[in-house]
Order: sequence, then structure tokens, then C-alpha cells
Amino acid sequence: MNASRLTAATLQYVFLGVAAFLSLFPFFWMVISATNTSIDIIGGKTSFGGAFGTNVTNFFTLVDVPLVFWNSAKVAVLATLSTIIVSSLAGYGFEMFKSKARDRIYSLVLLTLMVPFAALMIPLFMMMAKTGLINTHVAIVLPTVASAFIIFYFRQSTKAFPTELRDAAKVDGLKEWQIFLYIYVPVMRSTYAAALVIVFMTNWNSYLWPLIVLQSNETKTITLVVSSLASAYYPDYGVVMIGTILATLPTLIIFFLMQRQFVQGMLGSVK
Amino acid sequence: MAAGKAGGLKRYHDLNGWLFIAPSILLISIFLVYPILRSLYLSFFSGKGMMMKFAGFGNVVRLSNDPVFLQALTNTITFFVVQVPIMIVLALLLAAVLNNDRLKFIGFFRTAIFLPCVASLVAYSVLFKSMFSVDGVVNQALLALHLTDAPIGWLTEPFWAKVLVILAITWRWTGYNMIFYLAALQNIDRSIYEAARIDGVPAWARFVYITVPMLKPVILFTTIISTIGTIQLFDEVYNLTEGRGSPANATLTLSLYIYNLTFRFMPSFGYAATISYVIVIMVALFSFLQFYAARDRS
Repeated sequence: MNASRLTAATLQYVFLGVAAFLSLFPFFWMVISATNTSIDIIGGKTSFGGAFGTNVTNFFTLVDVPLVFWNSAKVAVLATLSTIIVSSLAGYGFEMFKSKARDRIYSLVLLTLMVPFAALMIPLFMMMAKTGLINTHVAIVLPTVASAFIIFYFRQSTKAFPTELRDAAKVDGLKEWQIFLYIYVPVMRSTYAAALVIVFMTNWNSYLWPLIVLQSNETKTITLVVSSLASAYYPDYGVVMIGTILATLPTLIIFFLMQRQFVQGMLGSVK
Repeated sequence: MAAGKAGGLKRYHDLNGWLFIAPSILLISIFLVYPILRSLYLSFFSGKGMMMKFAGFGNVVRLSNDPVFLQALTNTITFFVVQVPIMIVLALLLAAVLNNDRLKFIGFFRTAIFLPCVASLVAYSVLFKSMFSVDGVVNQALLALHLTDAPIGWLTEPFWAKVLVILAITWRWTGYNMIFYLAALQNIDRSIYEAARIDGVPAWARFVYITVPMLKPVILFTTIISTIGTIQLFDEVYNLTEGRGSPANATLTLSLYIYNLTFRFMPSFGYAATISYVIVIMVALFSFLQFYAARDRS
């Protein structure tokens, strides 16, 4: 009995150990590679090298880092804030107000989850071209704001929102928007935190749509810049690695800052 | 009088409800419903650039005679049929093991395994590209462990390029799915497991007969989301394989083909729109099948 417990535990640790190693190795590789030359990286060198300074200098001469970072931050922050506001309003609305028409509309909204982006991109591109929004960050943000996935997530989480709170607030004479703003938002803050992590990551990392819309160097985001550096005929991997670190750092920071809230928010959504 | 008042209240609440959902409905109509209908309309036209003329079902005929399209379709189906089950099973196993609070370093393991999905899609494609080069770190490890006699051409041989894409997506998304399962598991009453353990139900049976059925709605949800994601695969194949789906179109996906038809070659919007409807039909079909399969078993 004891021996089988021990083997079970060992097996679990081995399984988790291998999984954690495989999960973390590319990050380790990214940091190691940032200090090596391109030739060393392609050759699979797994120890620190002395090329970090050169790689950083080369990256900063090739790329207008502040501008590119500003572009990425602008797109991600604008998209995240507007998505969270619009989707949480909808999640609250769909859960709190019951009517037959709304149930049907909600089913339609969920159905849009199935619409692949590839089927939208040509008409969206034509729309943006017609309205002169090509090469603007507004064109990146607008189509992402109403997200069926995030609306679904907020509605699921709203099911756990105590209706007594809402009723009490109503008795106190609060208007619906006041209940939303002063009671719902603070009570649901871990839901908001988890949504923030997911939406920020999605938008910071988004690639295909910006690739289509942002054609001038002045508007490009860091993901586009890293991709174009990496797709050169002879990419300088040392330089590219600096880019991948800079592209990954903001999402890593947001995740670690919000980790506790994120997990709580996820727990609320699957109840 | 009372009825009139109640009716007025109801109308007031209804109006409020509409106001809360109005912004999303408006945006979804403009940026989702309109474009998808517009795509359907476009799919009946053919021509280059803005010179388009009505072609009826001409594009569908062209599809059936286009070897590149058939290749992209086969690749896309291969990716999702192979990758989604591997990832879902792996994520479930990891979640089941990580649900045990008595294990040491549990926080570390949870974070470590979730971390890949924080990485930028482009960044990880670039990392995988360098790790899997001919003389790269992965081939060296495989050679050192005597798992292979000669370096594998991950980026140059069609078969291995497909394997690389599958490895990459699995690395990136397993932790993401695991978090949904882990969250769902935490909401399951522990006493069910305790009772089963006391009754002498072995660990694998607890997993198959308690965990999996309890998580069915979440599994269905993540499977559909993952299916949709894999059918739309673009970023990874674009960045891992030089934007063309090389070698020999082995990693060309439908989304990448649509992109190439629209933005790389001379734009043929109508034909590309037709292919985008192949994706719509696939997503609808597979989601329906998954719903059906999940319902059947209960």
C-alpha cells in the first residue's frame, strides 16, 4: 500500500517535472540566446555568451524601440479597456434582464464564436480601406471590441453575482447604471482581473489583423517588427531574441501581477 | 391600474437591458455580421483586384480543381485531428495531477505549465524556429540521447515540418486549456474523491469515471474553442515556415492560403472569400459533431 502510494507520487512528480521542463525550456532558451551570436544560437549553444550588449545595440539601431512599444501599448490598452467595458455591460445585461428576444440574441452572439476570422478579414479590410482607416490603430481595435468569448465569460461569472445585493440597491433607489458601476464592478473585480489578463494577452500578441492593416513602419507593433526581423533571409537570431524578450515581457509582468486575481476570476467563471 | 404599472416597470427594465447590450450588438453587427454576409456575397464573384464580375458557383468549381486548396484543406484537417485530442488529454491529465494540493511545489508547477500561453505567438514561433534548426538544440539533445542517428530536418522536410507545427501549438495552448479544467476541478466537492478512494477505486478509474464526466461541459467548451483555433491556424505556420507554408506547402493552412490569395498574390477576393466559407462550414460542422457526441453519451 505504502509502496504503491510512493510510486504514484513519484510518477506524478516525474510527469510534472517533464511538463514543467518542456514548458520552461523555451523561455530559458530565449534568455540564453539573447546573450549569444546568431551562429551560436543556430548551433544549439546552451550556455551564456558575451554577445548580449551587441545584440541589444543592434536591436536598438534597427528598431525604433520607443515608437514600436508605444504602438503596441496603445493598441493593447485601448482594445483591452473597450473590450472589458462593452463585454461586461453585455454580460450583466444578458444575465440580469430576462426576455425571450434577448435569449435569442444571446444564442446568436454565441454563434458568432464560430465565425472564423479568415471569413471576415477581406470584407473588414475593404471596410477599413473605404473609410480611410488603413494604417491606423483604430482599425486594429474596432473589430476586436465586441468579443463573444468575453461576453460569454462575463455572463457565466454574473450568475454568481448575489441578486440580493441588486435588490437591496434597488430598494435604496439606485438606478441600474449606478448598481452596475458602484456595486457590480467592485464585487466582480476578480472576474475583471481575469478578463483583463486574457484580453490584454490576446491583443498584445495579435498578429494577423495588424499584419494586414498596418503597412507603414510608423504604426507597426512589436509582434510585426519581431516577425519581420525573423523572416529575413539570414535572420540575426541574437537580435531577434532581444525582440522576443521585449515582446513577451509585458504579458509576463501583467500575468504575474494579476496571478492571484486571475485564478479567482477563472474559478468564478466555471461555476 | 396595477397591471398598467407593472407593464410600465417591465418596459423600463427591458429598455435598461437593451441599453446594456446595445454597444456589443451594434459592434457585432458592424464588424461580424455584416462582413460574414459580405463574404458570402463576394464568393459569387471572380476577378483580380477590384475588377470583379458575377461568377455564380464558378469559385466552387475552381476549388475542386485547385490542388493547392486541397493540400491546405488536408493540412488543416490533419493539424486539428491530431493536435486537439493530444492537447485535451494532456491538459486533463495535468489538471488532474495539479488538483492535488498535497503535492509539493504545486504553485510552481501550475505557473510553469501555464506560462507558455503568456508568450507572444510570434515570439514562440521564432524560438521554436531557432531551437529546431538542423544543428539546433533539439537535434543535439535527440542525438545525445540516441533517439535519432541523424539530425531531423524539422524545417525542411514536409513530414517533420507538420510535426513541428503540432508540437508548437501543443506547447503554447495545453496550459491554457489546463487552467479551465483546474478551475472546474476546484469547484468539485472533494468528498466524492475521498469516498471513492476509501472504496478502493484506483486513481485511473477515479480520473475516467469521476473527473472526466464531471468536467464534460468544460471539456466540450475547450474542445470547441481549440477546434476553432486550429482550423483558423495562421500565426504559427506563417512565422515558422517563411510565410508560404513551405516546405512544399506541407504546412499551408486554409487561413494562410486565404492570406496569400488576398495579400501576397494578385488579390482574388472572390475566390478567397469562397475558401473562407469552407472554414465557416468546417467550424460549424465540427462544433455540431462535438455537441452531438457530448449529448449522446449523457
